[in-house]
This record gives sequence, structure tokens and C-alpha cells, in this order.
Amino acid sequence: MKRVKRSWSLSLVLAFLMVAVLSACGSNNNNESASESPSPSESAPASSAAASESPSASASGNGIANPRVAFVYIGPPGDGGWTYQHDQGRLYMEKELGIKSDTVENVPEGADAERIMSDLAQNHDIIFATSFGYMDWTLNVAKKFPNVKFEHAGGYKTNDNMATYFGKNWEASYLSGIAAGKTTKNNTLGYIAAFPIPELVYNINAFTLGAQSVNPDIKVNVVWSNTWFDPTAERNAAISLLDKGADVLLAYQDSPAALQAAAEKGKMAGGNDSDMTRYAPEAYLTNPVWNWGPYYVKKVKALMDGTWTNDQYLGSFQDGMVDIAPVGVNVPADAKTLIEETRTKFVNGELNVFTGPIVDQSGTEKVAAGQSLTDAEILEMNWFVKGVEGTIPN
Amino acid sequence: MDLITQLLVAAISSGTPLLFATLGGILIERSGVMQLGAEGLMLMGAVIACTTYIHTGSLGWTLLAVLVVGGALGLLHSFLTVTLRANQVVSGLAMTLFGSGLSAYLGKSITGTPIPGSVPKIDLNFLDGIPIIGDMFAHLDILTWFSLILVILAHLFIHRTSWGLHLRAIGDNPATADVMGIPVQIFRYGYIIIGSMLIGLAGADLLLVYSPTWIEGMTAGRGWIAVALIIFARWNPLRALFCAYFFGAMDTIGFKIQLIGSAIPSYFLKMIPYIITILVLMYLGWRNRNKPSGSPEALGAPYIREQRF
Repeated sequence: MKRVKRSWSLSLVLAFLMVAVLSACGSNNNNESASESPSPSESAPASSAAASESPSASASGNGIANPRVAFVYIGPPGDGGWTYQHDQGRLYMEKELGIKSDTVENVPEGADAERIMSDLAQNHDIIFATSFGYMDWTLNVAKKFPNVKFEHAGGYKTNDNMATYFGKNWEASYLSGIAAGKTTKNNTLGYIAAFPIPELVYNINAFTLGAQSVNPDIKVNVVWSNTWFDPTAERNAAISLLDKGADVLLAYQDSPAALQAAAEKGKMAGGNDSDMTRYAPEAYLTNPVWNWGPYYVKKVKALMDGTWTNDQYLGSFQDGMVDIAPVGVNVPADAKTLIEETRTKFVNGELNVFTGPIVDQSGTEKVAAGQSLTDAEILEMNWFVKGVEGTIPN
Repeated sequence: MDLITQLLVAAISSGTPLLFATLGGILIERSGVMQLGAEGLMLMGAVIACTTYIHTGSLGWTLLAVLVVGGALGLLHSFLTVTLRANQVVSGLAMTLFGSGLSAYLGKSITGTPIPGSVPKIDLNFLDGIPIIGDMFAHLDILTWFSLILVILAHLFIHRTSWGLHLRAIGDNPATADVMGIPVQIFRYGYIIIGSMLIGLAGADLLLVYSPTWIEGMTAGRGWIAVALIIFARWNPLRALFCAYFFGAMDTIGFKIQLIGSAIPSYFLKMIPYIITILVLMYLGWRNRNKPSGSPEALGAPYIREQRF
């Protein structure tokens, strides 16, 4: 009997805790949206959003003076990479526009994302979903809340109230390739890739082409880590590549573990998303970085002016959304000059990374001489160029 | 280095944090208390190690701070499970959630700051020429050597001393141990605190030796693997050594196979450790089907004097 009683009291305690947590969340939301009606009977979705905004703002062109902005993050802002850069962009936007925004961290790419965005949509005007895997969930929520704007990073599905944004980071990968090609001593590079999706495939290809542009004999060994964020796995992948003989690595991952592993073995490496110099200055190569701030300012400003549109935005070196981190101290000086020159070509729109002749791993010609791939073709790339050692799992 | 040697070297370096956590877990569970909080304790160990090392620059203070914090969390866990007799599963899970959250909070200001030094290595240069052994043992750090010594000490302690006999008694049959005059509650407190210190040290080892920057959630599930390893090793420190190194090797074998140029999809390679775990558990279960499981018999049940279960 005693055991039964104890488990009852335990569930009571748990229930109490749950109520406390939920009420804390609830009161938090109320503070954020002062315009929300306190009446509990008014449970229709999007009621608060509709109250502060005229119906179908996209058609009427009416702006929102004080937009309520929310960001959905895949990881913690302290990851030092992907989410960190988004959070920097968010803070920049807050400062530029003098508004406050809300964030939800560590949101998994699954049904939880839909639930969290549905909650956010009830008292926000614009929601930035900052990971590829949120695509379908964002679309579902966007259809349910036509008066709320959605911005999805990296995807290809849109709606009347859902835009996408991403950047041509393959151009920055090409520049990282130049740095790696000039730095390697044995023509063997290593690439730690997160998931076999087009984003990785075109970045690996661009990195390889960049390296081959200065050193045609380059081979790039690719391993898939199947994780965005697992420092131990990333380190193991790095050590495997170094054991195989690679002397310069690039890790398209969210943590600096590969760079640190390379530094310990006296080899060089680059990371991803943000400037990782501070983790190992001597061993740092360079890598593509994201700069989301100006875009966030632009789109929230557009919402305030009533000029928001659901376009599929692709940033580049030209608008600064894509950039390359400062080149490391141990990268040869001529590489730095060449990177600067090539960067200028990208800024002026004079260079396309995927200009033929380009052959794939089997030697089949994929891009004829004089031809270039369009952005749309690059964004769905599923083959490796010659010189990449590795396979794309189906 | 050939492939086998590379795997053995990787097994030691990525298996050592798992070994510390498994040893700590074995001590706790041998006393009859479940240990599901390893993930949270490891994260706390890592964040405390990183903060202390950055602020003091002294490895000694760092390890001391990790032991103190690990011990304090162990004290909390034992107060909940031994004195209050709370459900040990819930208490363990609470420890994991609490540790993950608190470490993320404490780590905010030091995220991305590299630690100011590294753990000293013991160079055994006379081993250098010897194949395999030399690669594996010639240049290990002091924490790795400590974990190896600890395995032997823990094994001798549990199986060869009267204190170890008492430990096994309070885990298998606390009522009998109590009748024999062993202070069950006090001993459980002690083992939970020591075990939690070791699990905290596992997190510190991961940070100091393996991935020298604090990043939120950096254990990425290794605490849970340690929980599985306790069962896998059947609560035996010597087996824990092999199991931890085996999992350490499995952590990296997928990448090796990819680099050989095999056509096996990387998703499948990532499942290898777990598939092998299931196979080994099936094999051991079949081989030992007529033997006791090795699990402390009173595991999970709070001890209340003079109460029958």
C-alpha cells in the first residue's frame, strides 16, 4: 500500500511542476504580446495576430509598426557555428530596427517544429525558421496562419506567406579550396561532410574545383558524419582522414572539433559558418561564413513598410550574406592574393564556379566547355566532380 | 600505422571518457542504486573543467573542482534516492535534465574559448620502436593512465576486499547486510558520491583531452552509452575496460570503412555500434542463460529497514 501512495504523491509533484512550468510559459507569452486579449474563451488560432494587423497584409500593403519577430533555432546560439551566426544576425536586426525578438532554441527537425511554430504564430508577425529540415513543417504552419509571414532558410518550398532565403556559399567554398590547394604538401585534402544533401554536394564540388584551379592533381577524400553537431564524431572523422594521409581538412560541421584535431597533429583545417580562428590560430585555413543580419533587417523592415514579398532569395558575395573568414596565418601569401582577386570576380559577377568543362567521378562530361550551371541546377546537384574520393549514399 | 593499430589507438582515446563514466556507474549500481544521470553529470564535469581551467589556468584546481561538483551532485542524488527514497529512474533522469540545462547556462560565457593548456603526457620512449604496443601506450596522458589504474583498483576492491564484499551485499540484499551491521544508507551515500565524481571526471576527460572547447551538449549522448555499457559489462570493471574501448573503436570504424572506399551507405555504418551491441547482448544472453545476470539483485529498490517487498 505504501508504494501505491508514494507513486501517487510523485505524480502529484510532477503534475504540479508541469503546471508551474506551463503557467510560466503562458505568462511569458502574455508579456510579449500586450495586445493579446486576456479572455480565455477566445481560443481561435491566430486571433492575436489578426487583431493587430489588417487581413491579408500582403495584398493591402499595410505595414506593421512594431512587428513581433520570432526565430526558431536548430541548436544553441553557443554552438560557435550555424546557430551562432543566425543569432548574431538577429541581434544586428534588433539593434538596427530598435525592436525585440523571441527565440526558441534546440528545436528538432520534426513534428515538434510544427507544434512550436504553431504556438509562435499565434502571437508573432514573422517567424524565421533557420534550418533546412523545418521546410515541410513550416509550410504546414504557413498554410494554417495566412496572416503570419514565414521565412525558411535553405529550402525550396514557398507559399503566399512563406519565403525562402539562402546564399551562394559554394563561391566561398571555391575560395576555401584555393587556400587548401595552395597549402597542401601532398595533394591530399579531406572533407568532413554532415549529410548527403545537395548543399554538401555542391560545396564539396566547389571546394574541389577551387583546389584544382591552383593544383590540378588534388584529391579530396570525403567522409559523411551524418550529424551536424557531435564534436566527438567530428574529431574521429578528422583523425580518420589524417590517418589516411590528408594534410588539409575542411569540416562542414557546426563545431570546431576537426580543426582542433588537425592542430594537435600539426596539420591544417577549416570549419564552417563562422570565423574559427580563435580555436587554433596556427592551424586555421579559412572557411565560408554566413552573415544574415542585413537580410533580417531588410525583411523585417519590409514587413514594417508593408512591402514584404514571398520571394526565394539567394544571397552572395555581392550583398555580403556569403563571405569568407580571414585566411589563416600559415596559408601561403600568394594564396591570399589569389583569393582576394577571385573574390572580386565573384563580387562583380564575372565568375561562375560551375563553368565547363566539368566531368564527374566516372569521367562523364557534366558541363560542356563554355557552359555554366544555373543556380537552380546547382541547388539540386547530386554528383561529385572528378577528384572527389567518396560516394553519395542514396 | 596499419588499420588495426589506428583502430586500437582510437579505441583508447575515445573510449577513456566512457570508461570513467562506466566505472562510476558500476560503483553506484553495485550499491543497489540505479544510475541514469550520467549524461547530465558528464556535461557538468565538462563545463566545470572548462570554466575552472580558463579562470585558474591550473590543472590541479580544475580536477579538484570537477570532483567537488561531481560529489555535490552525487550527494543530491543520494539524498533523493536513499534518504527520500524517490524513484531512482525519475531521479536519474532529473539529474540528466538538470545537468544538461545547468551546464548550458554556466557555459554561456565560456562557449568557444579554448582551454589554456593540455593534460600532460607520460612519454615512455623505450616503447617507441615496438609495433602496436608502442603506438598505443608510448604517449598517453595522465588521465588515461589513471583510468587504467582505476580499473584494476576497482576490480580488486569489489572482488578481493571485505569492503567490496559489503558493497556487493548492500546491492544484492540490503536487509541481510543491515542485519550483519553494515550501515546500508551511509555506504550507499558514499558510493553514489564517489561514482558521481568519476562520472564528472569522464566529462572533464572528454573536454580536457578530447575536444578542448566547451560547446553546449558536447557529450552528444555518450552518457547514455555509458549507462548501456554498465549492463553490457555486467557490473564488472575489467569487462568495462573492454566494452568502453570496443565502443571507442566503433565510434571511428564507420569513417575508416568509408575511407577504404566501400559501397556500404554511411547511414548503415553509423548503426554499427548499436547493431553489434544487440548481437553481443544476444550472444551473452544465450551463453549465460543458466547463470545469474550479474545485476545487483536489489537494484532500483530503495531500502527501508524492516519493510518487506
